[in-house]
Amino acid sequence: MSRLINRQPDRTGAIVLGILPFVLLALLYLIASDLRLEANPNDKLLPALSSFGEAIQQVAVEPSRRTGEIVLWGDTLASLQRLGLGVGLAALAGLAFGILTGAVPYARATLSPLIAALSLIPPLAILPILFIVFGLGELSKVVLIVIGVAPFIMRDLALRVGELPSEQIIKAQTLGASSWQVIIRVLLPQMLPRLIDSVRLSLGPAWLFLIAAEAIAATDGLGYRIFLLRRYMAMDTILPYVVWITLLAFLLDWLLRVVSRKAFPWFHLGVNRT
Amino acid sequence: MSKLVINNLWKEYGTQIVLERVNLEVADGEFCTIVGASGCGKTTFLRMLLGQEQPTRGDLLLDGEAIPNEPGPDRGVVFQRYSVFPHLTALQNVMMGLELHRAPITGRLWGGKRRQAQEQALAALDAVGLHGARDKYPSALSGGMQQRLAIAQSLVKEPKILLLDEPFGALDPGIRHDMHDLVRELWERNRMTIFMITHDIQEAFDLGTRVLTFDKVRHDPQQPERYGATITYNLPLERKDKSAMAELQAKLALSA
Repeated sequence: MSRLINRQPDRTGAIVLGILPFVLLALLYLIASDLRLEANPNDKLLPALSSFGEAIQQVAVEPSRRTGEIVLWGDTLASLQRLGLGVGLAALAGLAFGILTGAVPYARATLSPLIAALSLIPPLAILPILFIVFGLGELSKVVLIVIGVAPFIMRDLALRVGELPSEQIIKAQTLGASSWQVIIRVLLPQMLPRLIDSVRLSLGPAWLFLIAAEAIAATDGLGYRIFLLRRYMAMDTILPYVVWITLLAFLLDWLLRVVSRKAFPWFHLGVNRT
Repeated sequence: MSKLVINNLWKEYGTQIVLERVNLEVADGEFCTIVGASGCGKTTFLRMLLGQEQPTRGDLLLDGEAIPNEPGPDRGVVFQRYSVFPHLTALQNVMMGLELHRAPITGRLWGGKRRQAQEQALAALDAVGLHGARDKYPSALSGGMQQRLAIAQSLVKEPKILLLDEPFGALDPGIRHDMHDLVRELWERNRMTIFMITHDIQEAFDLGTRVLTFDKVRHDPQQPERYGATITYNLPLERKDKSAMAELQAKLALSA
């Protein structure tokens, strides 16, 4: 009998084991839901599967009676647009300032303390300021995501630049590279896959800021809908929305991973990166 | 004629003296091999030639002019590791040196100029026996192939001086031997000055036209850091001098 730490599940075993907790949770939910509905058929806390079906039909298939649009679709588009703009701008700023502060000592001395200080401000604490300055429209939500995520990406990339072997930078100079050429031919291309990693790690906080902003001031969006439906205790719609958001987050993460593998094969050669 | 002259060179870090009273004259086309114990300042010496570090005192003159205080295209380098760019294929790695010079803004060439650079780079890859690996990334190459690539990358710049910092230190003995043949051949063909640090005295004598040893000549038992190393032997090897090697080997064994 070998030690527990040396025993590996085979491929099917690993898949079954991975699915098992999900199945157990679902079973637990169904049993609890049944028990509560048996005691009170009007209970709204743990709806039955059939109620989910009706609710999903209403938000995802049938057009809304008020606007004539499919609610889930409109919410998803609005949210993804804000998230994409926010994370995209944060990534661009992170790339530019990360490489600049990582590569140029004078830029580092000037900007690093500022970026470090900004990254310590809890973004939600300045959300009211954003609403006052940028109004209640799209801009303030996008800015919240940028402010929340960009400092992390900047600092992460500056560290990644520092991790590159100094031999590479010296070598580039012996090949005649100027500061600018070191940045665009050595640092930038090597930072792009690391930027993708950094963005993947930032997506969690980005969703948090998005939903927080939508909950407070919006007229559409996934976060807006969930907080609106809370007033009616409409768990039959809220839970599918949460599952949908989780699925979207998973797909975005997966997409970024695939893009990294396809676009930067050298980054993944011989290294086991998830 | 590029000629390297070093006058009374000192290197200190704070109170620690690493190198002291280093004097050297090296003519164009010499192959200087540098041996010495670990931590005796060999690499510091090479870094000063490279421009990565500045001398505390003294002169470092290349063709009568002070060596610039930063690395430049007249001094090529191959380190023990990390000398090639992992995000570029072998061919792109070699082309880099040609592209940077001809395209200051983008650092990339297009069209006819690109094809021309490509041909030049392919010839360099050929010279180091890497023609078949042109489209491979460095991480797909063996250690020996990566060092060949690093050498090809430096050679396209036709540097006056090529600096090698234990370039074969991480390679298997068999591969080292192939690399010796390659380096000797390239040196004979290109006629540049080479400085090579090595831990292998046999290698130093096989390849070099001049062997330099670095060691401390003065010792202070209380404050060992107050005396630096200097060049203790400066042996020109007109012919393959076996007895000189044996003698030196014995002396180094005594001092180690």
